[in-house]
Amino acid sequence: MTQKDNWKIWEVFIRSKNGLSHKHAGSLHAPDAEMAIKNARDVYTRRNEGISIWVVESEAITASSPDDNDPLFAPADDKVYRHPTFYEIPDEVGHM
Amino acid sequence: MEYTLRLGDNALILGQRLAEWCGHGPILEQDIALSNIALDHLGQARMLMNYAAKQKEDGSTEDDIAFKRDIFDYHNLLLVERENGDWGKTVMRQFLFDTYNYFFYTQLLKSKDAKLRDIAHKAIKEITYHAQWSAEWVIRLGDGTEESHQRVQDSLNDLWEYTGEMFTMDAVDEKMVAEGIGVDLNPIKDLWYEKVAEILDMATLQQPEDGWMQSGGKQGEHSEYLGYVLAEMQHLPRMYPEASW
Repeated sequence: MTQKDNWKIWEVFIRSKNGLSHKHAGSLHAPDAEMAIKNARDVYTRRNEGISIWVVESEAITASSPDDNDPLFAPADDKVYRHPTFYEIPDEVGHM
Repeated sequence: MEYTLRLGDNALILGQRLAEWCGHGPILEQDIALSNIALDHLGQARMLMNYAAKQKEDGSTEDDIAFKRDIFDYHNLLLVERENGDWGKTVMRQFLFDTYNYFFYTQLLKSKDAKLRDIAHKAIKEITYHAQWSAEWVIRLGDGTEESHQRVQDSLNDLWEYTGEMFTMDAVDEKMVAEGIGVDLNPIKDLWYEKVAEILDMATLQQPEDGWMQSGGKQGEHSEYLGYVLAEMQHLPRMYPEASW
């Protein structure tokens, strides 16, 4: 059995500071979830990048197929009214 | 100063040993993990040697201490100079030492020496992680495949005779404990045996019988291995004393 058969691939999500959401940082190999956290700490947070780590097995993620891009995303292209850009925003509100 | 140097030597020699793995780890993730741990040890060695150099009061620097001393002046434990062997042996050596180091530095936090206390404060976070990391690995290798189990069991049997030295108090230890600076190794020994037994049990490994134990590292009597470690580590600054980058 080779390492490739042995060690699963994990996707790593890092929260860089409180209040922000976890962001996908990359992927890595690990034999189980505990070790995946440790590996993620060593590979992705060496330079103070994070305060929280999530790992999830890559195979647990279902991805959309590029072939479906048209039916999934194209219909939103011509629906500008879904963007809330038609409102006058008073200056006092500031940046939204 | 002797006491500080011993701690520094442990950190430096183990860091150098682990650094030998850099670029040779079994998988990228573990290569980085070990290199990180090696750097933690080197960082601790620098703090300790810097402090030791100041205590010498003769203008010595941390580099003089690291690169200009010979084998007999090194007072590290014999365990940390043992050869890396296979991955399992490196992990087992690390586990036996990390567990000791964790309990040791936990006590060093209470030292009456402010500088040692500061160093311990910084180091304990790293050491806590090392101890978790190596224990996780021992469990996985011991309770892994038939081959990984056999290999780490063999490593454990080989390394066991080097564990006794960690808890042997000599005159330097006694003096430092009496002054409230050093760590009493007797309670550390009990804590270490308890933790090691717990992890080995989870790893389905057999704890070797306590037999004859090696000693001498703390007094400068080393195995042949240290000479090779120092030769590699000191070669450049000794050949080219003015080298810099």
